[in-house]
Order: sequence, then C-alpha cells, then structure tokens
Amino acid sequence: MSASIDFLLGPAWPWVRVLLFLGGTAAFAGLNAAYLVWCERKIAAYVQRRPGPMEVGPQGLIQPIADAVKLLCKQLLTPPAVDTILYRIAPVAMIIPALMCFVVLPYGDALMPTRIDLGLLVVFAFSAINVISLMLAGWSSNNKYAIISSARVVSQNVAYEIPMLLTIVTLILVTGTTELGTIVGQQGGWFWNWNILRGIWTLANPLVPVSFLIFFICMLAETNRAPFDLAEAESELVAGSFTEYSSMGFGLFFMAEYVNIVVGCSLATVLFLGGWHTGLGNLLDFLPAWASALVGLGAFFVKLYALIFVVMWIRWTFPRTQFYGLLNLSWKILIPVALFTLLLSSVLVKLPNLF
Amino acid sequence: MGYFSEIYHGAKSLVIGMRISLDQFLKNFRGDYNTPYPHKTLPIPERYRGHIIFTNDEAGKSLCIACKSCEKACPSDCIFVDGLKKEGEKKKSATQFDLDFTKCSLCGACVEICPTDALTFSKRYNLASTSKVVYAKIDLIKDLENRMQKK
Repeated sequence: MSASIDFLLGPAWPWVRVLLFLGGTAAFAGLNAAYLVWCERKIAAYVQRRPGPMEVGPQGLIQPIADAVKLLCKQLLTPPAVDTILYRIAPVAMIIPALMCFVVLPYGDALMPTRIDLGLLVVFAFSAINVISLMLAGWSSNNKYAIISSARVVSQNVAYEIPMLLTIVTLILVTGTTELGTIVGQQGGWFWNWNILRGIWTLANPLVPVSFLIFFICMLAETNRAPFDLAEAESELVAGSFTEYSSMGFGLFFMAEYVNIVVGCSLATVLFLGGWHTGLGNLLDFLPAWASALVGLGAFFVKLYALIFVVMWIRWTFPRTQFYGLLNLSWKILIPVALFTLLLSSVLVKLPNLF
Repeated sequence: MGYFSEIYHGAKSLVIGMRISLDQFLKNFRGDYNTPYPHKTLPIPERYRGHIIFTNDEAGKSLCIACKSCEKACPSDCIFVDGLKKEGEKKKSATQFDLDFTKCSLCGACVEICPTDALTFSKRYNLASTSKVVYAKIDLIKDLENRMQKK
C-alpha cells in the first residue's frame, strides 16, 4: 500500500500532491477557523465562570456551523461610498496570504507540501501582506473608524515586525538554515534538543527562552490579538477595519484572523518547540513508520493547540493596552532585548572560530 | 535601574493575572459555574419584593376586608379597592382589587398598613410583556383564584 502512495505522491503525479495540499489546507484552515471560535467562546466563558455555548448540540458543538450558515445567508452589502474594487479585493487579499503560509509549514516528516530553502522567509513575506490587506480594507471602506484602525494596524505591525525578525535572525544564527524541515530535523531526540532549550546548554544563545517569549509576544501583536487588539477595539472603533463589511466579506477577515493564529503558533512550534518531535529521545523507535508519523503529527498538534490555548488564555486575562503602551513595549523593551540577544548570540556562535 | 525593575514588576503582575484566570478556568471542570439561567434559577431571597399579592387563609380565601387602608397609604395611587358585605358573612370582602404596577415603586406601605395582613410581596421577577396594559391592571382577586386552582 505504501508503495502505491509513494507512487501517487512521487514525481510522476505532481498534481495529486498539489490537489491533496489544496484540499487539506482548505479543510484544515476552515475547520480551525470554525472550531477555534467555539474554543475561544468556551474558554472565554470558563475564565468568566459561565458555561458558554450550550444550546446548539452537545456543549454547543454545532454552534460554529450555525454561525457559518448565518453569515453565509446574510446580504453581501456594498455601501455606496466605498472604493468598490479595493473594497472587494481586501478580504481576499487577507485570506490568501494566510493560506499561502501553509505551503512551507512542515507538519510531519512527510507532511510537508514543499521544501523551500528560504521557507522561513516565505512565511514572513506572506504574513506581512495581511497588514496591507487590513489597510486596504480600512482605506476603501471610507469610514472614520476603519481608517483609524488601519493607521493603528500599520504602526503596530511596523513596530512588532522588527523584534520578531531580530529574534528570527538570532535563531537562524544557531540553526544555520532557513529551511523549516531542516530546522525541525535538528531538534530530534530528547526535549532538551528543542531550540527553546538547546541554546542554553550549547551556549549558542543562553537567552533563547527570552527569544521565544519575544517571538510569542510579537506573534500576538502581528495577529492583532488581545491585549494588542487595538485595530479592532470594539469599544472604540466598532469593528475596526471590518466595520463596513457584511456576510462572508466579514467572514473571510474573521477566518483569516484565526488562520493567522494557527500559522503563528505552528511557526512557534516548528522554530522553538521541536515541531513533530515528541522530545522522548528514542523511546518510540520501536513503532512502525506509519505509527511514528501519526505520533509525530499528534505531538505537533498537542504543542500547536497548547500554544493556541495560551493565546486565548492571554486574551481573556488582560485588558487592551493603550497605544503608547503598545509602542513603548516594542521600542523600549522588545527591540533592545532582541538586539542584545542577537549580539550575544553572534558573539557566542563565532567566538570558537577565533581560536 | 528603574527600567529593569519596571520590566520585572510588569512581568510579575502579568503572571499573577494569568494564574488567577487559570484558577477560575479550572474551577468550571468541577461544574462550579454560573447558574444556566433559563434552565435553572437561584432560589429567590426571603425579603425579595415583587409586586404585591393576596395572602390566603386555610380555606384559600383572601383575608382582605376592603378597608381601603392600602389605597389611602399608597403614595403612588396605584391601588384601587372596592368591596361589599356579602350575605351570611361577618366581614366585608373585596370585590375588586386592582394594582397599577406601572406606577408602583414597591415601597411596601400597603403591606405595612394592612390590618389583616392580607397583602404580601410576591417572588415574581420574570415580568415581561409586549404591552403596558398587562401590568397597568393586575387583578389580585383573580390572581389568588388562579393560584388556588393550581393547587
């Protein structure tokens, strides 16, 4: 059986691989967007000591489907004062880059759509586009709330792109590659080989947990999650850039927000938490190949959803920051610390070469 | 030095906040969350003041003697009482007792002054209607009859 699968996925049938990737990504993204909303509502409710959605299905499990049907049934309204073309392009330009990131994200040894040498760069290139889409949405909506939100998104993302990329550069100094599959491959064996701990005992970057923290905070800010959700601060800006959008126009933004969270947390898992490695050394080596692939996928998802839980936990714990607080955190704390780790790491990596 | 202590204290307070919300989060798994309102309700406190209703004796009759003390005591003029002495009965009894709940401020002067303790506060709080008329004229006599029939 595995021979036939190899044949199907091999170079003879490249389009099968492409189709599988497209279907798989669309399904994964859609399912995540729908059910992360359910998780979000449940977690919000539990933090606030409420039962959360309970009425539609057991524990409200069918609620996301009901929500989706409701959104789909709504009228797709184009307000008269908008810039029609940009207004329609913006939601599409939001979701496509988010989905494009999945091209290089490795979910398992064989579950990698493509190996690109600059994989990490691809993820950042595409995830940076969502700023432009949000700005387009705000600009074309011809609405004061939307335009304020756009201005906030741009300054916020500019401020947080810098420490994020600085920590990534620090990491690349240690890994020596930007190909995500190889980065995960380096983190095999026991859990202290994961990048979040490896830098400490190899003395390549003793501050790597701080790097991870900076990366995580920047990821929260880049995806416009609370406490950095100034872009769609509903108490001040109605719904931010999405104010004028209805039906699936809004739905696509909403989906893209959750897909971006999945991409961000996947990236954190790949870069710092050992990707599909269980961190149990060779304890599971007796398993056949297909079983260890499944265990690997399971390990990846455990780490991924644990991170997503933390993201939601943070959202429902902290109130929204003020704009100055947001920029001060980035320019006065995150960037200096990231620069310091970069310097320290480059010195420590290159020091042995001098002797 | 202020820079680092600010980071330290800020981070510490964030961790404390996260711990508190996690505590609250975990308590739900013991089924220890808010009452799911329409399905379950909390017991109404003893001293809750709903709109006034008639009390009744063992026979299920009202104790009201139509003395109109409540009508006079009411600061909002929202009670209207009428009564007569029926054949073969010692006391007068109410033939009409209407409460205009749209004006009532639940001050309790009527309950206080009633010489026969015929009035008491109800525990009703699910009061909603599409028209004002329903609560502009609450017929307490009919209400007592309905309650007795339900028993």
